Amino acid sequence: MLTIKNLYVSVEGMEILKGINLEIKPGEVHAIMGPNGSGKSTLANVLVGKKEYEVISGEITYFGDNLLKMSPENRARKGIFLSFQYPVEIQGVSMVNFLKTSVNEHRKYRGEKELTAGEFLKLMREKMDLVDMHTKLANRSVNEGFSGGEKKKNEIFQMALLEPKLAILDETDSGLDIDALKAVAHGVNALKTPENATIVVTHYQRLLDYIVPDYVHVLYHGKIVKSAGKELALELEEKGYDWIKKENGN
Amino acid sequence: MSALIEKTDLSLRYTIHYNKVKEQFLRESPLTLNAPRDKAFCDFVSQGIPTTENENYKYTNLQPQFSHEFKFAHQPEKVEQYLNEKFNCDITQLDTQIVFTINGWYCQRNKKYELFPEGIILCSLKEAVMNNPDLIEKYYTKLAKTEEDPLVALNTAFAQDGYFLYIPKNTDVEKPIQIINLLKSDEDTYTTHRNLVVIEEGANIKMVLCHNTLNNNKYMSNSVTEIYVGTNANLDYYTIQNQHNDSSLLNFVFIQQEKNSKVTAHTSSLHGGLIRNNLKIILNGENSEINVFGMAVMDSSQHIDNFAQITHTKPNCQSNQLYKNVLDNFATGVFSGRIHVMRDAQKTNAFQRNNNIMLTDNATMKTKPQLIIDADDVKCSHGATVGQIDEEVLFYLRTRGIEESKARLMMMNAFVHEVIQEIKIEVLREQINELVEKRLNGEYPNKK
Repeated sequence: MLTIKNLYVSVEGMEILKGINLEIKPGEVHAIMGPNGSGKSTLANVLVGKKEYEVISGEITYFGDNLLKMSPENRARKGIFLSFQYPVEIQGVSMVNFLKTSVNEHRKYRGEKELTAGEFLKLMREKMDLVDMHTKLANRSVNEGFSGGEKKKNEIFQMALLEPKLAILDETDSGLDIDALKAVAHGVNALKTPENATIVVTHYQRLLDYIVPDYVHVLYHGKIVKSAGKELALELEEKGYDWIKKENGN
Repeated sequence: MSALIEKTDLSLRYTIHYNKVKEQFLRESPLTLNAPRDKAFCDFVSQGIPTTENENYKYTNLQPQFSHEFKFAHQPEKVEQYLNEKFNCDITQLDTQIVFTINGWYCQRNKKYELFPEGIILCSLKEAVMNNPDLIEKYYTKLAKTEEDPLVALNTAFAQDGYFLYIPKNTDVEKPIQIINLLKSDEDTYTTHRNLVVIEEGANIKMVLCHNTLNNNKYMSNSVTEIYVGTNANLDYYTIQNQHNDSSLLNFVFIQQEKNSKVTAHTSSLHGGLIRNNLKIILNGENSEINVFGMAVMDSSQHIDNFAQITHTKPNCQSNQLYKNVLDNFATGVFSGRIHVMRDAQKTNAFQRNNNIMLTDNATMKTKPQLIIDADDVKCSHGATVGQIDEEVLFYLRTRGIEESKARLMMMNAFVHEVIQEIKIEVLREQINELVEKRLNGEYPNKK
């Protein structure tokens, strides 16, 4: 589904990713772990096409197509979804208007009929239940006045509406209490199918108790320095990142 | 020196013209309108046509407008068939009582509203002076002082007609009154509009004002409206500006409010070449409240200048001002807001905000929020921002599959939404929303 080959990325002239290789197949859950500043968020953002992240060399193919040539909106319509670490507040844009536009843009792209207001509201209520999101939030502006937990739930709620093929969760666990964490994980797990894949970007092992990865990769200084099964996450939890740092000469 | 010559030259044309038509005014207009003319004209000549050296007109250059050789609309334009209720300023579903003015003149073919509660007067200003001289005498030119602005002076010197609205004590007018100001002429024309509104104690009224052009000639309109709002009275005053881009609108609105009165003045500026909105409000009674909202969507080389002055003279009053502009292409915007809290106006709450989005590097915005506070126990705030579309938000929307252009549109809509939502007439709010959306989308082009 997604193949990253020898990817180098810089931000404001500083090289952040220094040769990433990664292969993701349908049905897989990959965890990207690593200490702060190792390039985890950069990887997440470059996949959705944030323009500040400049690809110096390397390639990313998504279902055989050159991902780097696609606009952010087309990446989304082709099934790539990022749950943001810091979702933005959009004053004056109602949740309903935003989500309906988003869902219908996806449907239009796939050549499906756009949903009517009634059909959309029905779908929305159904998906809100999935992440245990309060219906009162649907009447507000996007993320405006939402708590940290509500913002993260809102990301997973959008994921539930858009049903992506490749979901990237960027530090989705940060700032969540245990109940919100469980609700978010429940949503992610409920959306899991053999056809879609998930990349979980996280600093801590905690979220991986609930969203169990098939592979764990450790990112350090812009490179994947270690890849293994889910047991690697537990090892990191126990020993911290110091041994990784030592092994890689810093 | 050259500025001085220019000033003299430009007002000279108006001086010659005034001397020429003065006889006609004296013959045709009632005494109340004639009495202040000469002084008004002197005030105009002594101040001259404002240049950008005049602090109040610093960023709105009217010299090109006043250099143009306009015809003067000293006679009412003949009314034709199409001026019926079907012309509705693109506000199609609003249930209002409509009257028209053409080139400033109250249209004699306006329907007589039999359904009005007793005592309401809605007629031409000229007719009102004939029928109720004392009433007009009491209010006319008392707020619009000719020595304070040359254009108000010019308006008063040339004033012949406009509309007069009188709402008697404790009268609720349920249906909004819609006044549609049309411009129509075979030549490029300068029009004078002189209106007076008196809302007596305890009355409630909603007004919708539309400014439109009916054909492609150049226009310059000088409109002065004086509004008196009595004790415990409520006024909602909505303005929709939609003239073509070869027209200039100099729109002066003066409002004086008495005790416990509440006024909302809301202006949506969508089309028009040059718009200067002068709003001057005097809170003259305790516990009075004024809410001023303005929203402009400007492109090509449109110019919008909102000049709002609010004076708090008595204690416990509240004022809110919120102006938002979206400026595209070479559009220029100006905001001058002045809140003056006088010494006796303790416990004043006064808030003022101006936010602007610039869509191109060529658009410009000058903003000047001002507070003058002579009392010591007040809560006041003011602020202004000039910015671009928030790239973080734009990116977020795009990652949700929304086309960039559509995402921008959503954001601009959201930006002005804060102002539109303050329209309390639901149908009007929805229709303005729709018009603004179309305007932002380029689907509501200038009619020229």
